[in-house]
Amino acid sequence: MKFITEFRRSELAEGLIAQIHRRSQTPVRFMEFCGGHTVTIFKYGIRQVLPETIEMVSGPGCPVCVTANADLDKAIALSKIPDVIITTFGDMLKVPGSRSSLQKVKADGADVHTVYSTMDALKIAGMNPTKSVVFLGIGFETTAPTIAASILQAREKRVKNYYVLSLHKLCPPVIRAILDSGEVKLQGLICPGHVSAIIGSHPWEFIAQDYGIPCVVSGFEPLDILRCVDMLVAQIENGESKVEIAYRRGVRPEGNQQALKLMEQIFEPCPAQWRGIGEVPSSGLKLRKEYQHFDAELAFDIDPGPTYEPEGCICGDILRGVKTPADCRLFGKACTPQYPVGPCMVSSEGSCSAYYLYGEGIGG
Amino acid sequence: MEDKILLAHGSGGKLAHELVEKGFLKAFDNPLLAKLDDSAVFNLSGRLAFTTDSYVVSPIFFPGGDIGKLAVCGTVNDLAMSGAKPLYLSLSFIIEEGLPQGELSQIVDSIYKAAQEANVEIVAGDTKVVNRGSADKLFINTAGVGIIAEGIDISGSNASPGDKVLLSGPIGDHGIAVVSQREGLSFSTQLKSDCAPLGSLVAEMLEASSNIHCLRDPTRGGLATTLNELAKQSKVSIRIEEEKIPVREEVLAACEMLGFDPLYVANEGKLVAIVPTKDANKVLKAMQQNHYAKDAAIIGEVQAERPGRVVMKTCLGASRIVDMLVGDLLPRIC
Amino acid sequence: MCLAIPALIKRIEDKEAEVEIGGITRRISLWLTPEAKVGDYVLLHTGYAINILDQEEAEETLKLLQEVAEAAEEKG
Repeated sequence: MKFITEFRRSELAEGLIAQIHRRSQTPVRFMEFCGGHTVTIFKYGIRQVLPETIEMVSGPGCPVCVTANADLDKAIALSKIPDVIITTFGDMLKVPGSRSSLQKVKADGADVHTVYSTMDALKIAGMNPTKSVVFLGIGFETTAPTIAASILQAREKRVKNYYVLSLHKLCPPVIRAILDSGEVKLQGLICPGHVSAIIGSHPWEFIAQDYGIPCVVSGFEPLDILRCVDMLVAQIENGESKVEIAYRRGVRPEGNQQALKLMEQIFEPCPAQWRGIGEVPSSGLKLRKEYQHFDAELAFDIDPGPTYEPEGCICGDILRGVKTPADCRLFGKACTPQYPVGPCMVSSEGSCSAYYLYGEGIGG
Repeated sequence: MEDKILLAHGSGGKLAHELVEKGFLKAFDNPLLAKLDDSAVFNLSGRLAFTTDSYVVSPIFFPGGDIGKLAVCGTVNDLAMSGAKPLYLSLSFIIEEGLPQGELSQIVDSIYKAAQEANVEIVAGDTKVVNRGSADKLFINTAGVGIIAEGIDISGSNASPGDKVLLSGPIGDHGIAVVSQREGLSFSTQLKSDCAPLGSLVAEMLEASSNIHCLRDPTRGGLATTLNELAKQSKVSIRIEEEKIPVREEVLAACEMLGFDPLYVANEGKLVAIVPTKDANKVLKAMQQNHYAKDAAIIGEVQAERPGRVVMKTCLGASRIVDMLVGDLLPRIC
Repeated sequence: MCLAIPALIKRIEDKEAEVEIGGITRRISLWLTPEAKVGDYVLLHTGYAINILDQEEAEETLKLLQEVAEAAEEKG
């Protein structure tokens, strides 16, 4: 058991697809919240193999896409401060802020390093004691505990030049915001698997209970998604709405208690700005008082200047699931992966990028 | 000899002569180079192929090769992909001052070995040394000429509907081997770069069939980018099957970890061939008998509809478009 | 979002481990899964093990999918 190829076997997929076709009677719209799911769905052509009764819409589950321009501008402003080294996951490099991107300021001489892990950022801090190393803390509940761990390690090893710009986002509050807006009607939700590996499945209960929407936590292999869709269909046809896990090998109902404890120790919830959705209460994380000396926002005098949104870009509507990339007049014309206007085209998990790269609906 | 390369090594003075004589002439000993005239002078007749490329890989040493081997193989392969028999190479070094002589000798040695294997001669060269920070250790430029036999017509615009698409072996080895050495990403693997001269492979393929339509080595941008180039140049579509494309377990694992798609990862010792159906099996067999293409496979075919597109059948039986690489491959979390 | 892959723990030193992912090895942090043991598969995200994978559950899921596939064939 290596936990990957076993879940890509085409002969098992065929059985599931047949079962979904047989079971699904009621027309439904399911949202995959998570950008990772969007990628699997497009990469394997899953929409093409589902029956016509099932419509899939993509949600706002891409941390890069939902980062507000104002926050990107802060990161870019930080990179221009002398003796600051920016460390970031590769995802953020190309995303355009109001006036520039990290990739562009790097070309202009800013010290920007792509890292795979906060452990690498800590190493860079150790090797450059006279400089300040700022880590751009993007990500959902999956990533936030790893950033929390890096802060604790920095404290243990007395690293004095490591800072975090905390742009973390929390998933359940934003799903509530989307459902409350009533803009998009859903009959099922594919819950994010790796967020749930940390928070467990209980935090999704309110969706099933308060909104009557079936929820199934899914993994990221094609068989995981198909199984998840099959379980959602079964709930629909049985008239149920509950929270189930189709990814039991990776997710326990109670989540990862140690990770939650670390997250809780370092961060506290705060309001956060989501692109296209606006401010959502208790959907962000800021450093607690005892750890404020690691907070890049407090440690540096950041002047990001005024924020602009790209004209004509409907990434916000796409993130809410109200529109699809095909509805955007910039899509594939003014906005391509090479010359992206909005974040959904930049991020490899963005809906626009997935539509563009994998060519939705090209048929058999 | 100094143990590091100094600016004076590129000045044209005594140190420069010492470097050329002790460093390069000895290694690449051949009559054309030994004359030390301003140009190499030789006779050739027939249709010639001529190409050039620059090598700036970082780090300059990686599992399975170094920048020197890469510089020879890259240019030899570019010639071979035109159906040419590679003959002569030029070699130009741009060295950052401070490069250890030992590293340079090691690279010169692997250039020598690669050139020997590829059966080409280094007949012209140049060395420049630049200030620290003006280059990253060592850049190499090579140019090469080769000769194309009568009756061979290979070009990226020759693919026609019905042709089969052949791939010489598993993809992504070079890109992942190099990435494994990068600062901040370091992971260890037995995986080696596939960097290899493909002149003999091409010669054997051409012996099996002189009707090969296209040959191309999927270097930067990977298989996906190469197939897109061919589809656009020939105004056809290319349909491939995911399950037929060989990928090593290590490459797949590294790609999963870093968020790469193996279709976009660089190769330095692989080729794609587009061949008329009637000759496809003959060519495939010839490939499989060559050391560098044991795992060659037919991965798809050329179609007329939707010109310029590359479409892949996924393991679920659905289809998706495979586009060119955009920008850099960056490790990502999303 | 949140790319994470299975990795097999080969060695543990303090809060770090050496893991194998399909033939490649890398050092990772066990800060978030202190209970992980040698021989466990963990979910690896940005250099951290974020959870221990449950082998029994994985086999259970595959068994179920196998049954679905067989049933589909009979009906097919």
